[in-house]
Amino acid sequence: MTVQGITKVQELIYTTKVETVMAPNVVVIGPDRSMADARELMRSKRITGAPVLAGDRIVGIVSMSDVIDAMEQGQLIAPVAAYMTEQVRTVSKEASLMEAVHDLGRQGYSRLPVVDEDGKLVGIVTTGTIIRALLREMDVSFQKKEAERLQTYRASHIFEDIASDDTSVILRHIVDDKDFANAGKASSVIKKSLQRLGFLPPLVRRVAVAVYEAEMNLVIHTDVGGEIIVEIRQDRLIVSAVDHGPGIENLQQVLQPGYSTAPKWIRDMGFGAGMGLTNIKRCSDTMSLLSEPGAGTRLDIAFVFGEYLSGAKRRAGKKS
Amino acid sequence: MKIQEVVDILAARILVENHGLDEEVPTGGAADLMSDVLAFGAEGMVLMTGLTNPQVIRTAEVAGIRVIVIVRDKTPPRETLKLALESGVTIINTGYTMYEACGRLFKAGLPGLGQVKMRGNSW
Repeated sequence: MTVQGITKVQELIYTTKVETVMAPNVVVIGPDRSMADARELMRSKRITGAPVLAGDRIVGIVSMSDVIDAMEQGQLIAPVAAYMTEQVRTVSKEASLMEAVHDLGRQGYSRLPVVDEDGKLVGIVTTGTIIRALLREMDVSFQKKEAERLQTYRASHIFEDIASDDTSVILRHIVDDKDFANAGKASSVIKKSLQRLGFLPPLVRRVAVAVYEAEMNLVIHTDVGGEIIVEIRQDRLIVSAVDHGPGIENLQQVLQPGYSTAPKWIRDMGFGAGMGLTNIKRCSDTMSLLSEPGAGTRLDIAFVFGEYLSGAKRRAGKKS
Repeated sequence: MKIQEVVDILAARILVENHGLDEEVPTGGAADLMSDVLAFGAEGMVLMTGLTNPQVIRTAEVAGIRVIVIVRDKTPPRETLKLALESGVTIINTGYTMYEACGRLFKAGLPGLGQVKMRGNSW
């Protein structure tokens, strides 16, 4: 945490411009004003120094220690010009914050007037303004990062980042039989994963619906549960719902819309209308059902990307 | 139609609020058969249903349904409300029957999906 914090501060110091951390409203004083005026100005504005301006030209800088010098010598009536520092170190508003930090820290300056390309005073930096700006920047960049992470996180780049002759991503979900409390959970997680992978909403919906129907079939009809495997390849997505029992007696019959063997309590929940496989067939490109009584069932559902090819995958495709 | 209008027209009670009430819902539909919901459900739609079990929420989530209207003033069980909170679906309930809830919304201008084709990839 500490290491990260330091790195972040260093990064900000190098990348931030003086312009963004300076205080833009500079309190200034004329060279002909008295040191008593300077003392009053610093006291009322709660500052410890001010640039001395003749017209719009910086002619010096006067600080609290100059005021103390004048007081000790009983010269508060003397003009600012007599006590000010004439050699003024300024910094360009375009300079990196690094330059200002170097002058303030190593060179012992307490404040640096900030000038534009014409040498005109546009602001002032002190250690105080820099610390305030850094705190603000860190807070903003932290919030920005969080927002980005939450809203725009996409995993689609894995197809671009990982090279092979045929890359595919496999999502494996275990589905327990008769576990109604969690039925549909795998579908919901798969839907989110596909969104993160950058697939377009219409395809995500089709896959989610098919996976959900398949998942409900595993929950309702199997006695040992099963597995849902989603394989995402360059050009297609294949969903397989596999279980080891009890198998289907008559394949032709279960493919009839409206045919169902679901018990009443399942129907009362709004399922078991015999439309599951019909729905799956309708929203997929190809579907194949293999089963043997006593051995188990395997349902393979394929979605060919075609027009649904997402932006990210399209880019990946072009590359290869 | 705004969610707030749906609430007003149905004199509904908001049970789980996951959307701003000034957000728009494009279409409406009604079913007690979850497979039907999956077959005709459209992104963002309002679903009228008499079912209250947690699977309704799952189904809505998968089908992209934004608002569920539970008809005949049924109160869903805790698990359903909890799941809705997590999955980002808004639930309201109304004292009207399914028929009347649909009728009132349709009359007020919330469209359905027209004729749904049951053949081919009509998505």
